[in-house]
Amino acid sequence: MIFPFSGEVKEVSCVLSGAAGLGIQTVEDMLARIVVDSGFSVFGSREYMSRVRGGNNSTELRIAPFRVDALVDRMDILVALSRNVRENIRERITPSTLIIGDKEELKGELEDAGALFVDVPLSRLAAEAGGRIYSNSVAAGILLGILGLGTEKAEAFFEERFSGKKGDVAGKNTTACRSGYELGEKLVKGKGLLSGMQADLQVGKALINGSDAVSLGAMAAGCNFVTAYPMSPATGVLSFFAKHAEKAGAAVEQVEDELAAINMAVGASYTGARPLVTTSGGGFALMGEGLSLAGVMETPVVVHLSQRPGPATGMATRTEQADLELALYSGHGEFPRAIYAPGSIESAFSLTQEAFRVALKYQTPAIVLTDQYFVNSFYNVRPDDLFFSEPPSPVRETGEGYRRYEETASGCSPFGVPGWGSGIVGADSHEHDEVGHVYENFKLRKRMQEKRMRKLEGMREEALAPKLYGADEFTDLVLCWGSTIPIFKEALTLLDLKQTALLAFEQVWPLHSSVDALLKRARRIVAAEGNSTAQFARLLRAQTGVAATDTVLKYNGLQFSVEEAARRLSEVFSGTGGRS
Amino acid sequence: MGTSFDLPGIEISWCPGCGDFKILDSIKQALEELGLSPLDVVVVSGIGQAAKTPHYMKSHFFNGLHGRALPNATAIKAANPSLEVVAVGGDGDMYGEGGNHFLHTIRRNPGITNLVFNNMVYGLTKGQASPTSPRGFRTSVQVDGVHAQPFNPLATALVQGAGFVARAYAGDVEKTKDVIKEAVQYKGYALVDIFQPCVSFNSVNTYAWFKENTYWLDGHDPSDFSKALSLALSEEPFPLGVLFRGEERMTFEGSLAAYRNDKNPLFRRAAPREAVKKLLDGMCR
Repeated sequence: MIFPFSGEVKEVSCVLSGAAGLGIQTVEDMLARIVVDSGFSVFGSREYMSRVRGGNNSTELRIAPFRVDALVDRMDILVALSRNVRENIRERITPSTLIIGDKEELKGELEDAGALFVDVPLSRLAAEAGGRIYSNSVAAGILLGILGLGTEKAEAFFEERFSGKKGDVAGKNTTACRSGYELGEKLVKGKGLLSGMQADLQVGKALINGSDAVSLGAMAAGCNFVTAYPMSPATGVLSFFAKHAEKAGAAVEQVEDELAAINMAVGASYTGARPLVTTSGGGFALMGEGLSLAGVMETPVVVHLSQRPGPATGMATRTEQADLELALYSGHGEFPRAIYAPGSIESAFSLTQEAFRVALKYQTPAIVLTDQYFVNSFYNVRPDDLFFSEPPSPVRETGEGYRRYEETASGCSPFGVPGWGSGIVGADSHEHDEVGHVYENFKLRKRMQEKRMRKLEGMREEALAPKLYGADEFTDLVLCWGSTIPIFKEALTLLDLKQTALLAFEQVWPLHSSVDALLKRARRIVAAEGNSTAQFARLLRAQTGVAATDTVLKYNGLQFSVEEAARRLSEVFSGTGGRS
Repeated sequence: MGTSFDLPGIEISWCPGCGDFKILDSIKQALEELGLSPLDVVVVSGIGQAAKTPHYMKSHFFNGLHGRALPNATAIKAANPSLEVVAVGGDGDMYGEGGNHFLHTIRRNPGITNLVFNNMVYGLTKGQASPTSPRGFRTSVQVDGVHAQPFNPLATALVQGAGFVARAYAGDVEKTKDVIKEAVQYKGYALVDIFQPCVSFNSVNTYAWFKENTYWLDGHDPSDFSKALSLALSEEPFPLGVLFRGEERMTFEGSLAAYRNDKNPLFRRAAPREAVKKLLDGMCR
């Protein structure tokens, strides 16, 4: 037994909380890197207020000798760097939480929170190291001491990050970190929490968040045109491409509004570029007409739609899964589209490629649906586990007499671009003939509408099947999609229900043909979603006629935790909650 | 005169006597005289009577949404800078619905030509006021006459930093053609606002009115910005011709990192798999 932790420690959950601008992110980056380099797995998730300075933000680091990819409520250690720790953190404090804070800084806060409070002179140690700004490195040192990971890797990190900075910033950070380390080591009597766990030096070393996974997937698919108007939480993808524009060979532009973003994407696509726009619900709402344009012009366009709570401005830095129906039904008129909702870093990488592949093949929009929780969460993965799909084939040269909207059995016309070949390439937002010229002809209209919608049949045949986890011979089925998948997967593992399985959807439109039969086999269906009306369950019912019997919904702006998911599922299964 | 941009055997839905016919002739002749072929040119438009132009000539064409021709055209040029891109539309399309794009496209300076058929009225929707309608102009919607101040596209373009700003008049095919030629040759965003009578819905700004209230500039030095601005602000009579031709500055497409090491248009590019693998390596450290 290690003071103050009782029993066997299987994994450690650390939460750092503090005002924006205190350097929590630096600590998070560094600890995650050190943990992984020491042979353990790490999951990190950030929640933050919509402000640049002040407020109170937190980050959770879950450290384990096995893969961790889901948010937990449990806090083994809470490091409070500043006062005004918010309710969403406070309510997670339990008697087994070790709270580390500076009494002078916190002025009594958290001392009687019902947990063990350890006063550490963060400010004084930081000042001794060179200034109060180093208190984050003292805190990092304490955590490294408690975990028993040494300070060597931290010192190397400081050297690399701050080399060339005036005033020996790296050295001061090192001093601060070492003094914290001594304290941390003492707290656990020199027996670091990870010392009893089996390290695996083959553990995945790539630390990737959801945003970067989408960006890397897009880049791997040959995305070379990115336009966006900055909007949380979707801006990370724009920044990624801006930073790597030269390497990606991509045209990247922050534009005047979302209408410009999507209309540039359609123009670029007509010219043979592979465009991506990245936005959140409000911006995507503005793109509706442009999405419809991509539909009728049959131009491949990929949209990254990163959800946050609405309606309207909603909660800018929080999470929700309430834009599924917006993604499904946005854009006037009828046209085919595909919607992907990755649940893991690996699938964000592969599904973004899939979105590009399908958009290109079927010459129609594809949407990658993520959310704030997903894009701001990271964990370590093996680069070898990241799937590279077939790269796009070169655009074919047009011949004389080329017709952009030639009828075919699949509905997909040969894709030609202006400036490559001897054909004229036209595109029109009106209903048009094969060449692309506007004609008001009712037979033509019917034929062209059928041509476009025929593509949906092929897309349906290629749709990805949902994954079934748990009992093969299930009677009860839990449904979820996108970012909540790993959370509900782990929750069900905890509950260990013999007749329950999880059906996890990462493609939410069109649906795979297996869905119908799977739903009909279930006696009970629990729809677990991050919205208030069970949008996906409604879609499934419309498509299969099978209704969910129960719902587990969350829409307060925060993601489900594993514990909450487990608790709410068990309430449903024990008959005390959730029936719809 | 026939041109290689003629599209024979088509039905044109403009009203007989519409100024658009003459502008169409000016555009086709200008492109022909510049030695361009229909395969070099993409004509981009939004919605409106003027925006039907791409359907009435032979060249690549992109007829998009109302107000959005400039973002479309900017992207087409950015995706393949070797294409000659001409964005056409009316006053409502470019200055009303697409007003924000007009402002920002000028700042962005893509190497495109922007032709605006300005008849000071909405033709397609049958006669409502446009952003350039004169004050007091009565319509079925502006029943007491237009209250708002008319939009001044030339002055706006000049203060936004446009390098090429001109006004032409549909009634003079030859001179309008010459202005368009100069605009196409200019490397950077070039605006030509083309005065044009609407024979169906504008009984104020008629052929006769334009004849009386406009004049072609003679001996004006187009490199003189302040003179250009004062000409842009002068009315009745309205000056026609190239008001401003500034020094060519870096175009949008020329500024893109995408072309720093690779001059190929975007459609020719393979997926940068090695670069992705390198980035992944970097994320392991």
